[in-house]
Amino acid sequence: MAKQKTAAATASSKKDRDAATEKKIVVLATDVAKRSLGGREPIVRVPTRAKSNTIWNKKKGILQMGDGAQERQLFNLGQAKSFMQTMLHSSSIKDLIGAEKTLSLRGMFYKGLHTVAGTKEKTFADQDESDGILEDLEVSLGALREELHIFAKKAGTMVGNITIIDSGDEIDCRRMGSGGYAIPSIVEPDVIKFKKCDAKFVLHVEKNTVWSRFNEDRFWEKHNCILTEGGGQPPRGVRRLLRRLNEELGLPVYCLLDCDPWGHYIYSVIKQGSISLAFESERLAIPEAKYLGIRASDYRACGLTDDVQIALNDTDIKRAREIAAYPWFEGHKGWQREIEGLLNNGFKMEVESLITKDISYVTETYVPERLKKKDWLD
Amino acid sequence: MAAKEAVAMAEPKKKSVAPRADAESMAARQRDISVSEFFAKNRHLLGFDNPRKAMLTTVKEAVDNSLDACEEAGILPEIAVIVEDLEPGRPATAKSSRYRVTIIDNGPGIVRKQVENIFGRLLYGSKFHRLKMSRGQQGIGISAAGMYGLITTGRPMTIFTKPKAGQPTHHIELAMNTKTNRAEVNFDKEVKEFPPKRFRDLTPGTRALAEQGGFLTESEFPTGTSVSIELDGKYQRGRGSVDEFLELTAIANPHARFVFVPPSRVTEDEEPDVLAAAEAGAAAKATVTTETNGVIVYPRGVQELPPETKEIQPHPKGIELGILLQMLKDYELAEKGGTLYNFLQERFCRVSASTASSMCDAIGVSSRAKAGDIEPPQAEKLYKVFQESKLAPPPTDCLAPIGVRQMLAGMLKGVRAEFYAASSREAEVYRGRPFQIEAAIAFGGELPGDETARVIRFANRVPLLFQQSACSSFKAVVETAWKNYNLSQPRGTLPVGPLVIMIHMASVWVPFTSESKEAIADYDEIRKEMKLALMECGRKLGTYLRKRQKMRREGERRDVFERYIGEIAKAINAITGDDPKAIYEALLKQAKSRTAVADQLLDEDGKVVKEDLAETDDEGVLIIPDAIAPAVAAATSTPLAPLDLDGKAKAASKRGARKAAEPKAAAAPKRAAKPEPESAARTELRARAAKAAGRGKAGGEDGARLF
Repeated sequence: MAKQKTAAATASSKKDRDAATEKKIVVLATDVAKRSLGGREPIVRVPTRAKSNTIWNKKKGILQMGDGAQERQLFNLGQAKSFMQTMLHSSSIKDLIGAEKTLSLRGMFYKGLHTVAGTKEKTFADQDESDGILEDLEVSLGALREELHIFAKKAGTMVGNITIIDSGDEIDCRRMGSGGYAIPSIVEPDVIKFKKCDAKFVLHVEKNTVWSRFNEDRFWEKHNCILTEGGGQPPRGVRRLLRRLNEELGLPVYCLLDCDPWGHYIYSVIKQGSISLAFESERLAIPEAKYLGIRASDYRACGLTDDVQIALNDTDIKRAREIAAYPWFEGHKGWQREIEGLLNNGFKMEVESLITKDISYVTETYVPERLKKKDWLD
Repeated sequence: MAAKEAVAMAEPKKKSVAPRADAESMAARQRDISVSEFFAKNRHLLGFDNPRKAMLTTVKEAVDNSLDACEEAGILPEIAVIVEDLEPGRPATAKSSRYRVTIIDNGPGIVRKQVENIFGRLLYGSKFHRLKMSRGQQGIGISAAGMYGLITTGRPMTIFTKPKAGQPTHHIELAMNTKTNRAEVNFDKEVKEFPPKRFRDLTPGTRALAEQGGFLTESEFPTGTSVSIELDGKYQRGRGSVDEFLELTAIANPHARFVFVPPSRVTEDEEPDVLAAAEAGAAAKATVTTETNGVIVYPRGVQELPPETKEIQPHPKGIELGILLQMLKDYELAEKGGTLYNFLQERFCRVSASTASSMCDAIGVSSRAKAGDIEPPQAEKLYKVFQESKLAPPPTDCLAPIGVRQMLAGMLKGVRAEFYAASSREAEVYRGRPFQIEAAIAFGGELPGDETARVIRFANRVPLLFQQSACSSFKAVVETAWKNYNLSQPRGTLPVGPLVIMIHMASVWVPFTSESKEAIADYDEIRKEMKLALMECGRKLGTYLRKRQKMRREGERRDVFERYIGEIAKAINAITGDDPKAIYEALLKQAKSRTAVADQLLDEDGKVVKEDLAETDDEGVLIIPDAIAPAVAAATSTPLAPLDLDGKAKAASKRGARKAAEPKAAAAPKRAAKPEPESAARTELRARAAKAAGRGKAGGEDGARLF
């Protein structure tokens, strides 16, 4: 009974959300129509997705999008085509909502693709053009990608002491074999529900290879946790799922990333949100996320050899300094020291470098010790 | 070849038996050569090299004389050129044929006693001995033509001349005796009619034109002269033809009206008529060149005669030593005992009393010294003094340039372009002789775009048709950097593009490279002025072309906007249900107003053109907006496929869409529905422009903006 009720509630909330999204699209199109008929220049306001328009909300500990926006004009040689594309995609999304279906980014590219009447020109030259327009639409409409009925390709794996319901199918994440559960791009409650969770924390690792090491060693079983990976910079689906695990189930999130500017940046994205998706930080960022390692000091602490060193190049050094200057790292002593340590070392270290100690050093010694000592950056 | 030479060499040896000629026997054979005889043998020097050129030269000499005579008498020239084919039945392969060329003018006529001299003697005329700007210079032309006719056909020249209104006309036939350089009159009678009525009924075309009062109307010819010469010639159109000569003469003489009746049969390749046939009724009145029933009318473009030119004395720096000696001799003959002091002041320009006395001092003679007493060494000294003294340049009121406005009017009627510019330089001096250079260019319109520019050259309003590359003006065109004015120009050649370049040199003495007056000698001073004039025109063209380019860019911008408007209207319709057609039209309207520059020259009334081009320095610029439409529209107009509101876009190619665009289609731009380029409306517009060009005061040399 209760279950049915939830389902009904979800369904109705989905319907409400769809109605809201549809309304936003109609408002946008009506504005263009009114401007056109009134002899004014048709424009679409597109909030700027750039660092200049990203605000660090210290209180919330997340990145947020500012008020900066650009006007996309029809009567501007450089924008005329993207204006047309924006209108095409708006119309396509309305179709999707009406038909209650979702499409991939590539699917959307094909949906909007045709030859402009009276010419030999295609509406979209390639999928990149289409993807850019969809990102613009997300921010212009203030709607999430899934609200627009669009999904990205899956990139992320999960395993652990949790049972979920994905689109009505119950999935026990303890019984996922060696491959794990592939995290879909839309993980909103109407798609994924948490049925039962015994895990006490989430360990997120940078990439699949490391994840496999942990999975093979049944780390999640021994330490009663959930093990995830995001294939480098985690996609939205993974970030949203981590956030939901953190927020709804109260699980702390620990990250095990490479000791290089890239790893630091991934942590920053998980924790505070990214510049390009600053408008979604509210529902993606995990301000409580913790950085477990690898630390610059581990080279000595773990007694690693010269062989694991990967020299920092100029780009890395530049990038590290940039990260050090991020407002959310700037006043953070631990992080300033960490980045300084990296630069002083003059080399990067991957998580896999711990394998030089022992195949299972990372799963049996490194992580358990850190967790026990609560030795992390936050 | 070598063998032949050997024989030739051997021949004298064989003849060596005969007594060699001695001074006595040679003296017996030595005698005067009459000028006529000389030229009869060397007719190529006068432009009678071949039958085709002979025909042209005959027409040219007669027309030059007619124009000079009319202008001197202050009459607006009305000239008919009639070429009759006397052997219409000849085989098609004939290289030449017998023609009768008749030129009739409304000039002052010729008094009876001068007829023989003017038409029957070479080197007889009023123009050789003076420094005054005129077409003819030596007095060879028309008599040489008559001589050529006599030699090739044995037929005398027929002359009708009416020197006084209301008085009888002299009908004279005369043949030149080449030995005596004198004419022999075969026929001399007084008749009533002038011009000869016979010509009005010559062809259906002449009849029709005469009926409208546009051909040899008696009242238009109160006085005048008609010359007919029968000759062995060839009539063929194209470069260097009678047609081209008249076309160019009409351009350089917009104050004259020409009617040309070509022969009924043209030798060899009969080209299609270049000129579009206008409605018959318009032929008599139109201000652009028209052709009706084979008769070509070059109408009058401006109503005022060129200003009368003054005769000047030579400038001291412009003469040679030999001439100075001759002048001294002549002065002594004319003014027995005249002083050198007076001689200098009277026989030269720009020599004042004080200059004269200081010149006398400089050669060490008293100012009272008689001109006849000056010895050659002293004369030589004087000549050197001339070269060293600082003298004002010769006066320039002896020159009658065509004028900016008149050049534009002339170009307008003869060249179908979209852009015309003209410039007139200040007078300058070469070798002590004043001259003035003018240039004009016509661009675009119906001119061929992928050929090298056509250069039309004039000296004292006479077109120069041959030896282009030997001409100073040609070199000036080649040396001008046309690339600076947005034209392409392969290194060391003429520019390429839809361009006609006109260069005119006005001078009291045009330095031709030969007696046949075909090319202007290459003096640095002259070439420099030519280049400056061309650069002035070029700058105007450059400004115009950049403007046009901007329009084209705006047109392309519009293109882009218009392309997407249909898609946007459909998308909005799918979202909001708004009427897509209304949105489409509203957006199209916006797109047009935002790219309005593209329309500026496309407007039918051309008003925007005026406003817009007023910003540029458009002195001496004439633009025919209608002529631009086809060219620019082709580049800018977006052929909008009629918006298919049912969803499916009509697969229409650009070209197809343009054809399909009809005025009623909401999307069809106004300009797409323009009539064919050479429509009646177009002709009318040209006529309007020509009228505008022809209006105004004679002094309008500043080339007031016409549009």
